[in-house]
Amino acid sequence: MTLQPPIGLLAELTHRCPLRCPYCSNPLELTRAERELDTASWGRVFREAAELGILQVHLSGGEPTLRPDLEEIVARARAAGLYVNLITAGVLLNVERVARLKEAGLDHVQLSLQDVDPASAERIGGMKGAHAKKLDAARLIREVGLPITLNAVMHRQNLDRVAEVVETALAIGAHRLEIAHTQYYGWALVNRRALMPPREQVARARAVVDEARPRLKGRLVIDYVAPDYYARYPKPCVGGWGRSVITVGPDGKAMPCHAAHTIPGLVFDNVAERPLAWIWRNGPAFEAFRGTDWMQEPCRSCERREIDFGGCRCQAMALTSDPTATDPACSLSPLHDRLLALADADSLGDPDFTYRRFMTRPPVASDELSPS
Amino acid sequence: MREPLTAESRPLLPPFCRLHEDRVRGRTVLLAPERVLFPCPTSLLVLARLDGRSLSEVADGLCLEFAAPREVILGDVLGVLQDLADQGFLEERTP
Repeated sequence: MTLQPPIGLLAELTHRCPLRCPYCSNPLELTRAERELDTASWGRVFREAAELGILQVHLSGGEPTLRPDLEEIVARARAAGLYVNLITAGVLLNVERVARLKEAGLDHVQLSLQDVDPASAERIGGMKGAHAKKLDAARLIREVGLPITLNAVMHRQNLDRVAEVVETALAIGAHRLEIAHTQYYGWALVNRRALMPPREQVARARAVVDEARPRLKGRLVIDYVAPDYYARYPKPCVGGWGRSVITVGPDGKAMPCHAAHTIPGLVFDNVAERPLAWIWRNGPAFEAFRGTDWMQEPCRSCERREIDFGGCRCQAMALTSDPTATDPACSLSPLHDRLLALADADSLGDPDFTYRRFMTRPPVASDELSPS
Repeated sequence: MREPLTAESRPLLPPFCRLHEDRVRGRTVLLAPERVLFPCPTSLLVLARLDGRSLSEVADGLCLEFAAPREVILGDVLGVLQDLADQGFLEERTP
């Protein structure tokens, strides 16, 4: 099989963030500021990425606007020929910063939304005043002519307001709306009991989206990321392992996906020590689950094996302790019924959050489906 | 763009959708928010001509170059572009 060049680079510029969302996709063990790559290193990574065939960079975090050199990072990504997307909560942006980012060549902003109800949004994000600041930021971003994708992470505690989320996307002038059900890794897995929606609530939200999509055609594109525990087939995570995207963490660790560090035994190369092209082609972590040879049954003989690639390796690891198992989110997994029962039970769970934070002994996310 | 495209529409690629010469893959790609599109040669011919002209004028130009029936060409142009418009990757110049 010929290896196609990658398309996207997820650049996690920092793990620092003023928000503390309980579903954060950052690792439980966060990287501290002193270990972050500097401006010049990111510039070199962007040039190597473009030479490798990468076309888009997603500047993420943590909160990337905490980097005082973000404008320079944007400029270097653009100079390398990349399409530059900023993934931000927006709460630290002001009029001067937005103008400078636009000037530096920023192409697009993905703005997160915790909820439409300010009190709930601020409880979920764990930051006072965040919601009003975010709405201000949206206005500033649109005023300089940058397009916005509003990214609303949905779960039991905000899912009943999905119609208002659509209204908010229209009100702020977003071009796209991503209604993304929480994916249960890292902090979200720790908080699954507080976040998992019951199936009836998911069905009601789905009906709202199905009604809004044709009505808003040509005004707002709505992407819907299904809650995968309740799906028939798993999501083709990162478009297949080592197939189209590279994640680089704050300290330069290159990974096939941003949660890959949750799989024990994988060895990650660092962009400070190896060229990105070498890591992409030969890095052992990228080779680990490329193609289909690593698969077990029922994946190995499944006609969908090159459509969804067995689902998500990190989820298989988190739920079964075996990263080569079929993702239990797949209805063909022998563990799928047990996963559904677990989701149903969690959907009745306690609503209190474990907020994300820097800590010396991170909380443990368990692997409930494995035989004990 | 809210309305379906017609021969009188004057669509443009917005500043945040860029055609890009991809040297690694040896083709022209369209870079858009959260998407990379790999337009077919026909789409590229049409996209290269969007400068505020009406689609009727775009079809006229392509007729001269490719000696095909105008209604066929206009149909192709509308087909190629409506899909992009629905994804929010075209904007209309305000008169």
